Amino acid sequence: MSVIEAPRSPGVRTARKRRVNWEKWGWIYMRVSGVILVVLIFGHLFVNLVAGEGVNAIDFAFVAGKLADPFWIVWDTLLLWLALIHGSNGIRTIINDYANNAIVRRILLGAVLVSTIVLLTLGTLVIYTFDPCPAGAPADLLPSFCPVP
Amino acid sequence: MPEKSAGTLADSTPVAPKISMPRRPAGTLYRGREGMWSWVLHRITGVAIYFFLLVHILDTALVRVSPAAYNAVIDTYKTPIMGLGETALVAAIGLHALNGLRIILIDFSSWGTRHQKLMFWIVIGLWVVLLAGFVPRQFMHIFGAH
Repeated sequence: MSVIEAPRSPGVRTARKRRVNWEKWGWIYMRVSGVILVVLIFGHLFVNLVAGEGVNAIDFAFVAGKLADPFWIVWDTLLLWLALIHGSNGIRTIINDYANNAIVRRILLGAVLVSTIVLLTLGTLVIYTFDPCPAGAPADLLPSFCPVP
Repeated sequence: MPEKSAGTLADSTPVAPKISMPRRPAGTLYRGREGMWSWVLHRITGVAIYFFLLVHILDTALVRVSPAAYNAVIDTYKTPIMGLGETALVAAIGLHALNGLRIILIDFSSWGTRHQKLMFWIVIGLWVVLLAGFVPRQFMHIFGAH
């Protein structure tokens, strides 16, 4: 006959190895990143859609002008990492809620993980290997600070 | 406000509970109310924003290909149809952001759970104010002469 230990007795505690509670940290991450994203995304939307000519002003020269500035490099890097991981973790929650079939669930979670890693890598490489004045490009498409050939 | 402690409850005359049986087995006090709808809207807006984000990272990555490639793709984004989609995106982001802050207040404040319904309507109110500021400006940009 097995004995069920009283809750929180020393035996129960030491029997299980103390592991990192990933669900708890995921829960905390959603809230911490959420607050920061409110600032980052509303700032992003204001500068790109509301100020000046709005969406009509967005072209290569506009983006290049922003990505030549360390302030926007940091802003966009934070936006990329915080938003994509926030979104992927949210989708993970939804998949866990609705995908009852174990194989389907594993495929969907795997797809989210792979696309997240690919897009984080791609986005980070784009931000940090970006040249606002690429050689050979037509001068009228480039930002005004590029040297005229 | 109930000011009696548990110890004095036994002395008072028992009062019949005011909660009646739900008409349908599925019905609870929570379902169909502000709490449920904020949860539904948070999920739907979250999924919509996520799929936009996937595409948005890819289209912005075109700045690394060539200025012409980026401009060609972003020009298709400056049409009235896409402008309306953009308006819907901002509406979704606004609701998700404001309701997210409501969730944080429910989770971390001592009074949040008690006032979650009121906070839902405050979220809706702030959202309407936000869109009242954004939508006319956006329509000016996408439909106006330039």
